[in-house]
Amino acid sequence: MAEKVLMKGNEAVAEAAIMAGCRHFFGYPITPQTELAAYMAKRMPKLGGTYLQAESEIAAINMVYGASAAGVRAMTSSSSPGLSLKSEGLSYLAGSDLPAVVVNIQRGGPGLGGIRPSQADYFHATRSTGHGDFHLIVLAPNTVQEMFDLTIEAFELADKYRVTAMVLGDGMLGQVMEPVDISRAGNITTFAKDWALTGTQGKRSKNIVNSLYLEAEELEMLNLKRYEKYAEVGKYARTDSYLTEDAEVIVVAYGICARIAKNAVNGARKKGVKAGLIRPITLWPFPKKQMKAAAATAKAFVVVEMSMGQMVEDVELSIRCSRPVILCSRTGGMVPTDEAVISAIMEADRTERS
Amino acid sequence: MTIVYQRPQALTDTVTHYCPGCTHGIIHRLVAEVIDELEIMDQCIGVAPVGCAVFAYNYFECDMAQAAHGRAPAVATGIKRANPANIVFTYQGDGDLAAIGTAETVHAAARSENITIIFVNNAIYGMTGGQMAPTTMPGQITQTSPYGRDPKLAGYPVKVCEMLAEVDGTTYAERVSVDSVKRVRNAKRAIRKAFEYQIAGKGFSIIEVLSTCSTNWGLEPVEALEWLRKNMIPYYPLGVYKDKGASE
Ligand SMILES: Cc1ncc(C[n+]2csc(CCOP(=O)(O)OP(=O)(O)O)c2C)c(N)n1
Ligand code: SF4
Ligand SMILES: [Mg+2]
Repeated sequence: MAEKVLMKGNEAVAEAAIMAGCRHFFGYPITPQTELAAYMAKRMPKLGGTYLQAESEIAAINMVYGASAAGVRAMTSSSSPGLSLKSEGLSYLAGSDLPAVVVNIQRGGPGLGGIRPSQADYFHATRSTGHGDFHLIVLAPNTVQEMFDLTIEAFELADKYRVTAMVLGDGMLGQVMEPVDISRAGNITTFAKDWALTGTQGKRSKNIVNSLYLEAEELEMLNLKRYEKYAEVGKYARTDSYLTEDAEVIVVAYGICARIAKNAVNGARKKGVKAGLIRPITLWPFPKKQMKAAAATAKAFVVVEMSMGQMVEDVELSIRCSRPVILCSRTGGMVPTDEAVISAIMEADRTERS
Repeated sequence: MTIVYQRPQALTDTVTHYCPGCTHGIIHRLVAEVIDELEIMDQCIGVAPVGCAVFAYNYFECDMAQAAHGRAPAVATGIKRANPANIVFTYQGDGDLAAIGTAETVHAAARSENITIIFVNNAIYGMTGGQMAPTTMPGQITQTSPYGRDPKLAGYPVKVCEMLAEVDGTTYAERVSVDSVKRVRNAKRAIRKAFEYQIAGKGFSIIEVLSTCSTNWGLEPVEALEWLRKNMIPYYPLGVYKDKGASE
């Protein structure tokens, strides 16, 4: 059996980044991602890497922009309020087609909000990350193991497609300690970066990293090309399914909520309701096909999330509102209970088949 | 026949978009001449700001990045930390560096990032059409200070070299001007020294260059030079504000 290491979620992300070859981390302190930056501060100097505590999240993301432009694997991590500040940089990274990995260990908002776990930055991550037409790849782990594996994948996808990949966790996943099989780190893919700013070294003409295009025709053309790339990325839309084959009620949940939802599915089955769970692993691209396929057999959906209801819109869009979708959510740092999800499933089961 | 004047190799063969008489062009040339003389073009990476100099990425022959407004020192930090052997400079206006990018500037200095900043102070937001800048003079009329900058309402101009001289991490801060041949030569000496310090690993350097914006000042280019001499130099005295590199 593969060797397992006991790690906190935040530490698993940090260690995975290091194993993926990231030697440049730029951060700014914020709860509940603290352990991630602390881990980097401890490890990077020993590896000849850079841990730099920036003056703000704005500076940190722009340092990532610079390091990424220079061709290295670079990362920053933060929590919700910090992501608001990173939005500018995320837009510039997209406009310049630079790869980067950004971690958001979400907490309750808006404003200073709270420090308890939340999923209220779903829209920010998948819809309105910054100004302009662009997307991030958004990966949503639900175990410490996935915090590790998906962080490595984030670096690989970012480099492959020259996009920013976000690991979207929450305060609970960041804090929980679980055993991690680190064998994924034995197989890391890297990519050549002939576009990077490394100095011409007298061997090539200059490279430019830029997002300014004053000619509307040119900018439109570049955006169209970028969206062709996103269409390609769409193939990565991925879910994990549990008891969905015969399910009449489909529960959709990601991250920590999916663990609660799984318990609830078991609870509902004990009460005789055919419930199943679809857990999106990629939030962008959103697994629309999987939702549509489930709608063919299910009579209703339940979406469980820690927000006022954000992913629920993607579920409704994916199935074109062809089935009732019930939202079971808590917000502000509160976590839904198994019982609340079970009763949402029971309610969904009472809906007439249309 | 000897060639007495030609385009520096570090400048591309491009017609710039700068207004006739704008001293941005002179400053570009000085940076390029220094890059040539120090033979660093192959390792050089420049960071263009948001401002009239945004297209600097088209004008310098070395690798270039374009940064978000004010973030050039952070972008340069990332580049330099990724590959410390590269010679990294930013070229920024006064709105970029001394307003929206103040934090990035001060902290790059505090960390003594081993980079060179060329700071073009023209007392105005040139690119957006002549609004009040953090460096706009008391009484100066701009689009957004139509009755003249009133310090009681709009505060006082920011003196960047004076401020950064107080930051321990600043290695070298000098204010120069390009309003006369003599001062152009002196500006080049300062720019060269800043790059030499970076090559020697001495840390953060900033060269503030007083510059004109005849278009938005509403003056002929020659009048603009006179305006700079008469109004800016007394408020922004030329000279070395800090030079830790010399004693090292
Ligand atoms: C975030 C953001 N805010 C505002 C602007 C608009 N803007 C473009 S250039 C500029 C001012 C540049 O002035 P300065 O730095 O003094 O450079 P100059 O043009 O005078 O050389 C502003 C405010 C922008 N591009 N981005
Ligand atoms: S607007 Fe002013 S700063 Fe900009 S190019 Fe014209 S003269 Fe120069
Ligand atoms: Mg200006």
